[in-house]
Amino acid sequence: MNVKRDIIVDTTSKKMMPIILAFGLYTMIGSKGAGGGFQGGCIIAAAFILHSLIFGFIEGRKKIPESWNTFFKSFGLHLYCGCGLLSIIASNFVAEFLNYSAFWPIANLVGTHEARAMQVELIIEVGIGITVFAAFVSMFYDLAWKDDDELEDEVIK
Amino acid sequence: MINTVVEQFPALIVTTGVFSAFTILILGLLSRKICYYIVLIVTAFHFILSIFTLQHVLTKGRIHYWFGGWRPPWGIEYVVDELNAYSLIVILFLGLLGIIFAKRSVEKEIEERKLPTFYTVMQLLISGCCGVVVTGDVFNLFVLAEVASLSTYALIAIAGGKALRASYNYLILGSIAICFYLLGIGFLYAVTGTLNMIDMRIILQNLYENKMVHVGFVLVLVGLGIKAAVFPLHTWQPDAYTYAPSAVTLIMSTVVAKTFVYALIRLIFSVFTVNFLELYINAWNLVPWLMGVAIIVASILAYRQNNIKRMLAYSSIVNVAYIVLGISFFNSQWSLSGALVNILNHAVAKGCAFAAVGAIVYKTGIKDVGALAGLANKMPYTSGALLISMLTLIGIPPSAGFVTKFYLAIGCLEMQNYLMLAIILLGTLLTLAYFLRVIEQLYFREGNSTQKEEVPFSMLAPTMFLAILCLAIGIFWLTGIPLEFLKKSITSMGVIFR
Repeated sequence: MNVKRDIIVDTTSKKMMPIILAFGLYTMIGSKGAGGGFQGGCIIAAAFILHSLIFGFIEGRKKIPESWNTFFKSFGLHLYCGCGLLSIIASNFVAEFLNYSAFWPIANLVGTHEARAMQVELIIEVGIGITVFAAFVSMFYDLAWKDDDELEDEVIK
Repeated sequence: MINTVVEQFPALIVTTGVFSAFTILILGLLSRKICYYIVLIVTAFHFILSIFTLQHVLTKGRIHYWFGGWRPPWGIEYVVDELNAYSLIVILFLGLLGIIFAKRSVEKEIEERKLPTFYTVMQLLISGCCGVVVTGDVFNLFVLAEVASLSTYALIAIAGGKALRASYNYLILGSIAICFYLLGIGFLYAVTGTLNMIDMRIILQNLYENKMVHVGFVLVLVGLGIKAAVFPLHTWQPDAYTYAPSAVTLIMSTVVAKTFVYALIRLIFSVFTVNFLELYINAWNLVPWLMGVAIIVASILAYRQNNIKRMLAYSSIVNVAYIVLGISFFNSQWSLSGALVNILNHAVAKGCAFAAVGAIVYKTGIKDVGALAGLANKMPYTSGALLISMLTLIGIPPSAGFVTKFYLAIGCLEMQNYLMLAIILLGTLLTLAYFLRVIEQLYFREGNSTQKEEVPFSMLAPTMFLAILCLAIGIFWLTGIPLEFLKKSITSMGVIFR
């Protein structure tokens, strides 16, 4: 079935997407202090879901294939958990899991409080954000994806 | 700050477990074969770490681990004492054997493309269970219990077919259970303002008369009771055990069941303490009677089953009832010892039974008791293991099951509750009755084929090892060496005998 493309919807979504992505990134790492990883991940996922809604699921799947989605889901967790494990290893098994203030050598260079803030902002929040983003996108596709025979009616040519 | 490396181990077991689970997911995209070996190596490594943890606890005292260096009650704290370390070893040991068993069994029962996900979820399940056991924070316990439970739902459903309904049933009941638990700790948090177990125990001491505490206690008890399949709340369990893949049933009946039984013991004795129970002793005295009913009713239900996995599932309900019966007589040291001993005994015996049944299903596809005729000639080692595990569950000396019932019987005598003693003996007879059906089919009926066909070594080895352990552990308990350890565990629960 051919559906006429709507120029308003197309253009608006194209213009909006970079802004949504930038806002998501700002929420994730732009603000000072902890928090915002989950929300940032949600906003970035919203941009991709918008793309899939406007340009079709096949186009969306081309942008992020299933395997990359799986990879991102794990990778975010690896960043978070790896950062925690690294603080154990880097302190030679003296500091606890996720005790960023003992994170060598950053803690020695910029001070323990700054090191703590940097870990939370740049590694932990990004890790949470990536996992949340990937999980939301894959959840959306799990609900929206249809089998090949059903798909023929849906594809916008 | 940490004094010795061993203090890191409880936290390392949980965190590296989760880390490796998601590594499996990534590596599964590249190669499907490698997934199994990662789970195996990681779990074996964790098992070794758990032995060092127990050794440290026994020689240097309990471990307090503050996550991120934040002091409790604000930060999350992991506390490991004798009871934790013991449960941790039981869980990781049975998990390791379950994973060794899983390889060939799962290859036959599950599609190949699902294998990376299967092993990811399996690793998450074991890490979640370890987390529940080592944590000293009630909210953290909720989170890790959810990790373990969600993994279990997925593992049951992975085979498809009838398992989907069983899994959905468990999903609904499990979610209700965890909501009850969460609501319960919500009430407790409202009155105490803390989530740390040790802190909560101290603050609760002055609040035993408070109605919020009563509601919280009941909600926590019911929530964890559903998860541990304590008798009137067990309805999800037989279906889930019957339709799950064999390896999953093996891990669920040992690892998951014991985790929630541990959580129940920890919440009742370490957070609410014996003083609270004594204050409401009349209400609490209903519990042993309920468990008495559970032993009889679940045994009769087990007798009526044709499906052998279902029969073993009802037998699990009976054994959980024994554990809860043990902890309900908290004034008797023997009774509490019986409960703690049964955590290991039942895990080993039921693990062995489910492994043997899994092996039989793998080779012959037989699921009903009536079709087992003459299998002892065909699969002598597997049948032998099944026989030993059933004798253990009945409680023939010197097997491990005998020790449980012996301790519980002494406990009943100490409490001068002779009717309960009679119920335990009746339960033993009923167990004999329903397992005798299986034993008769295996050994005293002629089968149509006498050709020997055994399962692969990777399935036979854990089964035989568990069968040997059934006897070895029984003899080990009977020597009296671990009595000191049991006493220490009971003290670490917070029970002090006058």
